[in-house]
Amino acid sequence: MDSGRQDPGTVEHGDYAIETRGLNLWYGDFQALFDVDLGVKRGIITSMIGPSGCGKTTLLRTCNRIIERLGYVRTTGSVNVLGHDIFGDDVELVQVRKQIGMVFQRPNPLPISIRENVLFGFRLHEARLRRVTAAEEDEVLESSLRQVLLWDTVKDRLDKPATGLSLEEQQKLCIARLLPVKPEVLLMDEPCSALDPAGTEAVEELIWRLRGDYTILIVTHNMAQARRASEECVFMLLGRIVEHGRTEELFLSPEHSETADYIEGRYG
Amino acid sequence: MAATAAAMDRRDLAWYTDRAARVLVFIGGISAVVFILGIFVFVTKEGLDFVFGALNLREFFTSIEWRPTSNNPTYGALALIVGTASVTGFAMLCSVPLSLGAALFIAEFATGKTRETLKILVEMLAAIPSVVWGFVGMSIMHPLIIRIFDVPLGLGVLNAGLILGLMAAPIMTTIAEDALKAVPDTYREAAEALGATRWEVILKVVIPASKNGLLAAVLLGVGRGFGETMAVLMASGHAINLPTSVFDSVRALTATIASELGDTVYGSDHYGALFTLGILLFLVTFVINLTADVVVRGIRKK
Ligand SMILES: Nc1ncnc2c1ncn2[C@@H]1O[C@H](COP(=O)(O)OP(=O)(O)OP(=O)(O)O)[C@@H](O)[C@H]1O
Ligand SMILES: [Mg+2]
Repeated sequence: MDSGRQDPGTVEHGDYAIETRGLNLWYGDFQALFDVDLGVKRGIITSMIGPSGCGKTTLLRTCNRIIERLGYVRTTGSVNVLGHDIFGDDVELVQVRKQIGMVFQRPNPLPISIRENVLFGFRLHEARLRRVTAAEEDEVLESSLRQVLLWDTVKDRLDKPATGLSLEEQQKLCIARLLPVKPEVLLMDEPCSALDPAGTEAVEELIWRLRGDYTILIVTHNMAQARRASEECVFMLLGRIVEHGRTEELFLSPEHSETADYIEGRYG
Repeated sequence: MAATAAAMDRRDLAWYTDRAARVLVFIGGISAVVFILGIFVFVTKEGLDFVFGALNLREFFTSIEWRPTSNNPTYGALALIVGTASVTGFAMLCSVPLSLGAALFIAEFATGKTRETLKILVEMLAAIPSVVWGFVGMSIMHPLIIRIFDVPLGLGVLNAGLILGLMAAPIMTTIAEDALKAVPDTYREAAEALGATRWEVILKVVIPASKNGLLAAVLLGVGRGFGETMAVLMASGHAINLPTSVFDSVRALTATIASELGDTVYGSDHYGALFTLGILLFLVTFVINLTADVVVRGIRKK
């Protein structure tokens, strides 16, 4: 599978990592998504912006079906991830989630050691298939932590609880624990919103480093962040996608007046 | 100046209410400690004369001859200790898996009406008086055990253990469910997003995260079983005996105190011996709680 960076201009049908068609979603009786058609291209960073309550989180959480935990959610339409309809009968949720890593708004490391956190997904998925040696685990642990620039900070306290780390370190750890199972897609829901400016910068830089190796769909409230850290940008409003295009074009010459209003800060 | 000073130390109704409330709350808080200490001191005082006088420690712990009313009385409590231990142990064997399973189901799987109904039922189970349980043991389980297992007597470890297990189940279920519910949902969500199945989430995240609470639940259940008197008295057969099978009758420490204390002369050796059993019960409970505390603390430090 080619996961290299694509030129957004010359993308064909098969080059979408995530593709939704006519996606509607209801929380009970409340409709939160309306007829969403979204194509997220492989290997690039796509950011999702829009005012509070417009459905960014909802859309993101539909892509790995984690939204169904609520129990009162209903959807129509289709979501294709890497060519598979994830609502299809023949799709294993576990395999879908192996392909799609998710980073949450608040860092949520599990209440176990740093080592166990990083290896959690790896052990789940690999142990189902074969025996994993301790040496292999150590290697995976180190390379994952190195990729998120956390190895040097935590290498002496790998067996300490992950909840003792700073928020910035926790969020990096939450990214690190996705990497061992080699997902294709990373979904991030305002990953920096709980962090201070320095932490935000560090995590942003990290996300930028992951570009090319992963398809990243990132929700953000921070327009500057969307602008400097994404190649394509999606603007949502009231449960609909209003505009989707290359980031610089969307910011410089938006097609819709709502987009322009939002970018200029008229929605808050 | 004088006016300000007067205003500064004015004691109005709010001040007195505050004071009174503070004193009341303090009394409420301290009284629990006072009562427990008081009970301990009383039990110890009543038993101590006997402990340092007529008690033969060796006999107490190694002999099964509990003959307080014979002409030549002996006070061997081994059978009573084993009786309590076997009934409680058997009860926990049945009750711990049942209760933890019920708690898991209520906390992790059941939703809406099912959940509420189950919770109410469990709480109702806790409200059944122990004499009713004893009655169930005597008049329902007793013939049932005789019929099913074809044994001469249905009162014994099996009967008392099952009854006690059922009695301890509600408190264990309730506490364990609270412990499971206290695990933040973000943990479950994180694990599920990583591709864990429902079971993997429970086994690898929820149970490890709530193990302190689960342990507390089990220990409370043990305490409940240990101290239960009436139901055990009725369902155990109340015969001094070292059990060799679950169908054997036994006698519990608590049941012995309850059935004999009324017939003793105040201050007699028999009276003192019963209080010595009380001290023993007290010490064991104390040790259980202390162990629980130390274990829980140890886990927390790690
Ligand atoms: N669990 C839920 N139950 C019912 N309605 C919900 C639930 N979660 C979100 N909604 C509603 O769905 C709509 C979309 O919410 P969503 O969280 O997706 O917005 P968002 O764009 O992520 O907002 P924000 O920028 O504040 O995070 C909102 O109107 C919200 O009130
Ligand atoms: Mg959101």
